[in-house]
Amino acid sequence: MTTEVEAAVADAFHAEWGKVVATLVRLTGDLDLAEECAQDAFATALERWPRDGIPRRPGAWLTTVARNRAIDRARRATLGAAKAREVAVVEPGLGEEDEVPDDRLRLMFTCCHPALAFEAQVALTLRTLAGMTTSEIARAFLVPEATMAQRLVRAKRKIRHAGIPFVVPPAPQLVERTAAVLAVLYLLFNEGYSASSGADLVRRSLTAEAIRLGRVLCVLMPDEPEALGLLALMLFHDARSAARVDDEGDLVVLAEQDRSLFDAATIAEGRERLDAALRLGRPGPFQVQAAIAACHVRATGETDWAEIAALYDRLFEIAPSAVIQLNRAVAVSLSEGPEAGLALIERIPPDALRDYHLLPAARGDMLRRLGRRSEAAEAYRKAHDLAGTDAERRYLERRRREVSA
Amino acid sequence: MRYLLLIAGNESQMKSATPEQGEAMVNEYAEFGKTMAERGVLQGGERLRSVSDATTVRVRNGEVLATDGPFAETKEQLGGYYVVECKDLDEAIEVASKIPGARTGSIEVRPIWEL
Repeated sequence: MTTEVEAAVADAFHAEWGKVVATLVRLTGDLDLAEECAQDAFATALERWPRDGIPRRPGAWLTTVARNRAIDRARRATLGAAKAREVAVVEPGLGEEDEVPDDRLRLMFTCCHPALAFEAQVALTLRTLAGMTTSEIARAFLVPEATMAQRLVRAKRKIRHAGIPFVVPPAPQLVERTAAVLAVLYLLFNEGYSASSGADLVRRSLTAEAIRLGRVLCVLMPDEPEALGLLALMLFHDARSAARVDDEGDLVVLAEQDRSLFDAATIAEGRERLDAALRLGRPGPFQVQAAIAACHVRATGETDWAEIAALYDRLFEIAPSAVIQLNRAVAVSLSEGPEAGLALIERIPPDALRDYHLLPAARGDMLRRLGRRSEAAEAYRKAHDLAGTDAERRYLERRRREVSA
Repeated sequence: MRYLLLIAGNESQMKSATPEQGEAMVNEYAEFGKTMAERGVLQGGERLRSVSDATTVRVRNGEVLATDGPFAETKEQLGGYYVVECKDLDEAIEVASKIPGARTGSIEVRPIWEL
């Protein structure tokens, strides 16, 4: 097979998988059937496109093939009598081949329904909307494939048995339910982002999937400022990914990152998205976080820590949390000095971030800057013990040695 | 779709309610029942006597064993139920959220296994 056709199928997969599945879910009301038919359609494409050429509208071609497959299956199922109900569901919608723009949005809300466990929401979104295989999802979340397969089967069964609808929620629930969709996308992004680069490409690919789905959501909900804010936030973080890790795979802290490695085009798109969000005039936590991330990717000059501290104040007003208190303390320590920062850290409720390595890490930095070296070493040691990745542990160990020397 | 809405709450708290509070609750339930019947979703429902009036029955080796109490000791006890006919889970959740007991206890929404 020519690489050109292979690339076309791969492109179509990324662009069309979610659409084909969503359309088939509308037509059949059955998530499993929709996925199987979509899979068949892509397999058929791999067979036929090299021979017949790439169709002018790959998406429509794939949807038609998948739909015909659904009809075949329904016909065969009638012979088996037991599945007669499925046919009844399949028949009425047939004939409408093109995607209804809301299909994918409905499917997103179905996958991220609060009646499903959060981890099931995440897995379903990757399977049905991004087209990742069960084994890829399992590897990305570091669980055995059988566990992930079970999780997906259970979630789909619950959708069917409990009557979780395939609809965009009405106005009273829309804000809350949109927040659930955004939370799933942000978790996907963070899972991929926290994976050290190169170590596991499947995990890293979650950031790309999250951004891709974020873009889709912005097309489907153009008036939703938090969707734009989340996309901008992900883009700003992603723009720094080349600068985040050095050649040895060690973590480079923000202050030491080489700005020439930042991806200018991605930053520009992030700014566009953030501006569009802010123009809608309805602020929210993702927009504020994106504004903070925007401060960190400024091309030149000193980072404006006073502005960042002010934005954290804003964020704390909208969504108070101890993590925000900590980040604000760090920003203040860099704009007003380490003493002011330490005073703010002392105000964080002691139990709130007990297992969060970034709290002692931040304290260590402030103590180091104040010349309180032995206290700083102790804080770095504590942070090292709580850290979750090797890259972070190596970084904290280096810091500890510096102040212990 | 039909759903069973199980109303669970803390019985001992309910027993310590004043007569006025008790009456207010009964009125709220009457109001809920009326609204939902008018809307056409309500198919049935009852308030249950306390778990201290419950008897659990098992048949083992052909022998009927009746014991005092519910089948599980829990913090919240089943206090009543409704059977509702709803479009989908979203509507069932909306109906469940209007049950007065949802504010103090919890409502379990169970799809009915239609045969």
